[in-house]
Amino acid sequence: MCLAIPSRIVEIDGDMGTVDVDGVKREVSLLMIEEPQIGDYVIVHAGFAIKKIDELVAYETLQILRETLALVEKEDER
Amino acid sequence: MKHASEYRDKDLSQTLIRRILDMDIRPVRLMEVCGTHTVAIFRSGIRSVLPKNITLISGPGCPVCVTSQAEIDAFISLSNNPEVITVTFGDLMRVPGSFSSLQQEKAKGKDIRMVYSTFDALTMARENPGKQVVFLGVGFETTAPTVAAAVLAAHQTSLANFSVFCAHKLVPPALEALMKTDGVRIDGFLLPGHVSVIIGLDAYRPFVARHHIPCVVAGFEPADILQAVWLLGRQINSGEAPVVENAYPRAVTAEGNKKAREIMSRVFAPTDADWRGIGTIPLSGLQLQPPFDCYDARQRFELRLSNVPPPKGCACGQILTGLKIPPDCALYQKACTPMSPVGPCMVSSEGTCAAYYKYHVEPGF
Ligand code: SF4
Repeated sequence: MCLAIPSRIVEIDGDMGTVDVDGVKREVSLLMIEEPQIGDYVIVHAGFAIKKIDELVAYETLQILRETLALVEKEDER
Repeated sequence: MKHASEYRDKDLSQTLIRRILDMDIRPVRLMEVCGTHTVAIFRSGIRSVLPKNITLISGPGCPVCVTSQAEIDAFISLSNNPEVITVTFGDLMRVPGSFSSLQQEKAKGKDIRMVYSTFDALTMARENPGKQVVFLGVGFETTAPTVAAAVLAAHQTSLANFSVFCAHKLVPPALEALMKTDGVRIDGFLLPGHVSVIIGLDAYRPFVARHHIPCVVAGFEPADILQAVWLLGRQINSGEAPVVENAYPRAVTAEGNKKAREIMSRVFAPTDADWRGIGTIPLSGLQLQPPFDCYDARQRFELRLSNVPPPKGCACGQILTGLKIPPDCALYQKACTPMSPVGPCMVSSEGTCAAYYKYHVEPGF
């Protein structure tokens, strides 16, 4: 089962770290991600952080999606 | 919940639904390949808001469900070895083998333990030097690197009483096999989110080029899934050459997670694998390769896979390939319920039969 909600890194100790997901703290391996930092949001699978959420991409793509949808709506109104 | 609640936003989902409803689309069947998607789609009620021309069908994306009956039986026979502590993720416990399940064996006193991470299995091996700790490696490209990391760690620390029963499966070869399965009709794939985090969009491009079928990688929130359905519809309507699109860019890149893939390819090599309902798919599984093959539990305990049929009357095989839906199975809701499951699709929380049962979908829906 994939854990859909990203977890936030709250502690780093070498290759291991602690993440917080919705108030629940868990120990995870940070072996598979590049340069983990406290505060990073990561996707966790079976005790391993497997991806850092790209904040900028997340922000921009959500903007673009909203704009694209708004654009299509406007075109329809015409 | 940052990076999740934005995609549960009602306005955004409503707009996406309107876009989808506005599309003038021929009847299409879109397959979600990932079990977590299946559950998310049922839970959010997305099926009920889609136009009747768009049918979502569930695919072979529940790892426990695609594990062959022979493998399940071999897991159970392994757990009968008094030297062995059998270690697994929870989902496998209740899957019925031909004669028993891991849960029933545990109740009889066999040492079978559930873990959250493969590293927990390593700790168990260190704490039980007189025992053999065997991890049951079931799962796709998301799980396989975590098992590979445990094997590497065992190797580095010369942990001799740890091994892995490797039953991992790979997604792209399964997509290939689906396209070649008689009677299967799929017009687009909603590709798994976290498998794609590891393997990246590039891993699907040869498949799309060969089969000319639209593919979109999706996240797990309602707006993620709706966006993927919308993009699939747009591709189908455009008449242009199908491509792999990314509706989950905050997590998925073209190349995937290089570190994870490196760990995986150091430890494993592709091998043919048996899938429930599909049969043997060339190079769709993983085996431990030298120098790590000494951690192969099948070799260490000389386990043979026998040719056993799936449970009588169970249509999991056809359900995993989208040929049938659970209400088509004569046992559904009668002999087979989550309390007394006949097949794995009713056991696993990600199984299609379990999802149908839980969310009370009426036949023909
Ligand atoms: S309802 Fe039960 S028996 Fe029928 S296909 Fe699903 S798991 Fe198998």
